[in-house]
Amino acid sequence: MHFAVLQFPASNCDQDCVHAVRVLGHTAEFVWHKDTSLGVADAVIVPGGFSYGDYLRCGAVARFSPVMQAVKQFADQGGLVLGICNGFQILCEANLLPGALIRNRDLQFHCEQVFLKTRNFATPFTSLIPPARPLKMPIAHGEGCYFADPETLAKLQAGQQILWEYCDVTGATTEAANPNGSVLNIAGVANERFNVAGLMPHPDRASEALLGSEDGRFVFESMVATLVEQRRQQAA
Amino acid sequence: MKAKIIITPKKAVLDPQGKTVQNALEHMGYAGVAGVHVGKYIEIDLAPGTDREAAYEALNGAAHRFLSNPVIEDYKLEIVD
Repeated sequence: MHFAVLQFPASNCDQDCVHAVRVLGHTAEFVWHKDTSLGVADAVIVPGGFSYGDYLRCGAVARFSPVMQAVKQFADQGGLVLGICNGFQILCEANLLPGALIRNRDLQFHCEQVFLKTRNFATPFTSLIPPARPLKMPIAHGEGCYFADPETLAKLQAGQQILWEYCDVTGATTEAANPNGSVLNIAGVANERFNVAGLMPHPDRASEALLGSEDGRFVFESMVATLVEQRRQQAA
Repeated sequence: MKAKIIITPKKAVLDPQGKTVQNALEHMGYAGVAGVHVGKYIEIDLAPGTDREAAYEALNGAAHRFLSNPVIEDYKLEIVD
């Protein structure tokens, strides 16, 4: 499968994302923020970083870049879009995902390993995640505190759109395991159609044993499995 | 003519900056501080001859779409001479 990885000024996980995809045996190419087309991409990754210096709000400026209009169109047509860290912030700012990400509760930048409980295994981003244990992935953010109003949260819960929650090593979603103050320990969500998802932790930085965890692979592999299945159905 | 836009976190949104500033004020001995909210101030210089109402209309749209995030922030827009 072929992934488009967006590049904004001050994206800094674009290389990590391309590397992770290639390690898994797939192809990826960078798409510059001024481009108006995503090319022949099967899926899009909006990578982490500090697009446009995080000026105004994280993701607020990137959201209006030409490439994001192409991403919106791609998502509207059902294409798979994954936002990681700053990419998650951008997708929320672009209204492709509900909610917003605000300053961490303790005002500190958190760079550490966290554990994630997957809440919905029936999505294109989670289908191959093993349910038996939590995922281990790093976070590296100052503005990762997920917020949504009570009405939106109720909708997310009812629609099973909460994909990942911060938990401890045993899988318990405790307050102590919440690194940034996110409401309901939310680490990642999907849209109503489940073709757009975002998370603050970095699956791209957890796709090789050398990096301390390979759990990030499950997210990309789930996306690939979904794309393979879509192709099979289209061919049939 | 200038546009002045004051952006503040919504009441329901966690405001750790405001809380930290409030704690510091209390430590410094300022009594009676019931709450602190840290937001943003944006000043936009308008070109000479700009129509006030048209500018308000346009910037109100920009404040809603771009300068603030309605999920987490409120804003006040004012056009002054």
